[in-house]
Parts: sequence; C-alpha cells; structure tokens
Amino acid sequence: MRRVVITGAGTVNALAHDLPGTMRAMAEGRSAIGPLAFRDVDRLSVRIGAQVRGWPEDAQHDRFTGFALAAAAEALAMAGDGAGEGAGVVIGSAAGGIGTWEENYRAVFQDGKNRVPPLTVPRLMLNAASSQIAMRHGLRGPSFAVSSACSSANHAIGQAFRLVRDGYAPAMVAGGAEAMLCFGGIKAWEGLRVLSPDGCRPFSASRNGMVMGEGAAVFMLEDADRARARGAKALAEVAGFGMTADAGDLVAPSVEGAAAAMRAALDEARLAPEDVGYINAHGTGTRLNDRCEVAAIRAAFGPAADRAMVSSTKAMHGHAIGATGAIELVACLMALDQGVIAPTIGLDRPDPDCDLDHVPNEARRALVGAALSNSFAFGGLNAVLALKASP
Amino acid sequence: MTVAERVIALIAARALADPAAITPGMTVESLGLDSLGLVEAVFTIEEAFDITVPFTPNEDGPGGFDVSTVGAIIRGVEGLIAAKAA
Repeated sequence: MRRVVITGAGTVNALAHDLPGTMRAMAEGRSAIGPLAFRDVDRLSVRIGAQVRGWPEDAQHDRFTGFALAAAAEALAMAGDGAGEGAGVVIGSAAGGIGTWEENYRAVFQDGKNRVPPLTVPRLMLNAASSQIAMRHGLRGPSFAVSSACSSANHAIGQAFRLVRDGYAPAMVAGGAEAMLCFGGIKAWEGLRVLSPDGCRPFSASRNGMVMGEGAAVFMLEDADRARARGAKALAEVAGFGMTADAGDLVAPSVEGAAAAMRAALDEARLAPEDVGYINAHGTGTRLNDRCEVAAIRAAFGPAADRAMVSSTKAMHGHAIGATGAIELVACLMALDQGVIAPTIGLDRPDPDCDLDHVPNEARRALVGAALSNSFAFGGLNAVLALKASP
Repeated sequence: MTVAERVIALIAARALADPAAITPGMTVESLGLDSLGLVEAVFTIEEAFDITVPFTPNEDGPGGFDVSTVGAIIRGVEGLIAAKAA
C-alpha cells in the first residue's frame, strides 16, 4: 500500500482568500464573524455569519464552485507538476449550488418569470465543483462529489486518500466547498434553532449555538514515493480515515459513534492515542455537540485525552458546513508543518463538562507528530482524518 | 378550547401521547420529547398562535424561554399572546 502525502493546499474562506492569509488569521486568533449582507437579510432572525467578503459575482459558476476553483488553483500551483492526467477530483458539499436554486426559484415563483438561464442545472449540480476543477486542470482520473452534510469534506478527503493509497490514482485533488449564506440557506438553519444570534463560543459556558460560514479548501493528495521522486515538499501525511454512522438520532450526536470513528482513524494510521498532539474538534458551539465530543474524545483516548490539545477553529471561520472539515484541515497542516496550534477563540468561561486543553484564545507553539480532524454530521455520519507530520 | 388545552394538544400530538394524560406539572422529557422533538413542538405552537417563541435548545439555565414543564410552556405562550395583543 502506498503512503499518501499532501503536497498542495488552497483555501477561500471568511478569514482570507488564500492559504497564507488563513493561517496568519488562525495564528492571530482572528474572528471573521460579522453582520451578513445579502438580499432579504432583514427577514432573518439570525443575521451574523462568517461571510467571504469582496468575492466577485460570477456569471458562469455558482458561488460554491467559484470558491472551489480558486482553492484548487492555489493547491495545484503549490503542488507544482504533481497532478497530471491520471489525477481525479473529489469535492464534498452539503448544499451544492443552493444560491443558484434560490435565485431561479425567486425568478419563477416570486417574480413570475417563465424562463431560467440554460446553465441553471450545470451550475447547481452538487458535482459542479469537482467537474469544473477537473475540466480546468485536465484531470481525467476518478472524480465525483460527496455529500454528508457537515462531514462532506472529511468524507471527500478520506475517499481521495484511499483512492491514492490503494493505487486507483497517482494523485487526487480533494476538499470541500460550501456557499449556504443566502436567505434560504440561513432560513432553513434558523428552523432548527441551533444558530447563535451573537457569536460562536465553542466549549465555553456562555455558548449558545453555531455560526455559519462559507468557503472552500482543497488539497493535493499524492503518492508519497512519487512526491519524493519529483522533489515536492510534503506538508503532512494523510495516514488514516475513520467513518461510522450512529444509526440512531437524526440530529443529536452520539458519543459512541464519534469515538468509534476516532478509533478507526487511529487504527488505520497505526497511531496510539498518546501519539496525537492536536485534535481539531468539530466544536460547533452547540451544547449537545461540544459535550458529546469531549466525552467521545475521552472514550477514544482514555488518559491520553488530557495530553492532547483540542481546539475548535469555528469561532474564527464559522461552521462552513460541507467545507468545514477542509478548512479545518488547514489548522492541522499549520500544527504539523509549522508547529502553530490554532486557538479556540471566544472561550471566556469554560464549560465544566468541556475540560480538555482547548487552547483558549491564543495560539500556541508546539511540536506535533500527529493530528486528528473531527467532523460529525446531521444524519449521524462521523468522519475523522488522521494525519502525521511529513515523513 | 383554551390556550392551555391547545398547547397541550399540540405537545401531545408531537409526543404521540393522549392529551388527557398530560398535566401541567409534567416535564417534556417525561413525555419522551428530546431536543429536536421540542423544537418541532415549539414550531407547531408558533404556527398555531402566530407568535414567535424565543426558545433555543442551546442555552442552559434561566434567561431563555422556560420549557422546564408543560405548565411553564403554557404560561410562556399565554404571555406571548398577551404581549402580541397589547
């Protein structure tokens, strides 16, 4: 079996439109959460989010595809000549082209129009991001979209990891993309009553819900031997992936399901709990998630849970739903490649039930040999990536 | 039907319980309603009375809308209806 390394990374999110800017913002503990700006926002009861600012309108692509294309271009530029024709693309997204759905429903239902643009379907399809990346870069290997709500990006990266490891492709471009910050997107989440009206404060006693974000992050995953042969720098090794389904509650998380996914990722990576220095938590800032996740980490790690740093970066870039695991992988790369641990900001008063080292408010320097990235989705789908520092 | 009877009927429908068996002192947990079930019950109450119930399952302790018992929910809804009429 091949080993798989990450040789390129790119992102667009509310913190910055590129990787270096995002890492800088994460290291500085900056929040990109602010007032939302889009049509009909005054009809929402929740009006904050981590919105990508200054992003140009795109007549050809839905916003989620635009984010994905930009992130992929950055990742492929960093990876150099690593992709090649045999590479494929897997991009995760929960809602795909929801903005395109909304715009065209508005036109036909509200404005009474009887005609929509010819590219409506190719813009809104969930695989638009994967297909557009493949087309732009001439990648003819295995390509598809993955959708599992808030775990979409981790499932996508996990699939890409296994395709490279098992020899189906020499390299894969993988990540997540999401652009749900539109009237209908927020309105739907409002109905679930999980959004905070005033901020995202994971693991904090004062937390009152999640704050939505948007964006994309895309990575080049490559056969480690091939990367070494062409002299490419590896940012980290993708060493394991664990996925489980709770098959229980539709929305409430399960300690056992989450813990089992973490154990599976550790097993595949041949890591012991005490090897893991950093866990990027799902850490949504809802009471149910945060307490359940801490209990799951304790269940999977035992006494080693108290030695790992466990931060949630969602208070900075928001919960980017199907893209969130990919944006959070940036924090893992920063930990493994640069020794900088992104903090959990907004942690003013710890919840007594969230008593791990949550790296409150300020980034920390630390040498980390291995990291986990947790994503847990509505529908009870858990996806955990295990990474090691570059060999 | 009084407000209390209507609220009890809506909660009973969501909890798949007999309205006659529901008393104001009961907690929503004892009716088998979890966090999502309660969110759904509150939605049906909002629709029935055309009010907005300031309830979120993410906040601990006092400050938010009291959902500790069926009676507390009824009193809260009565207050919101009165505030709307005022």
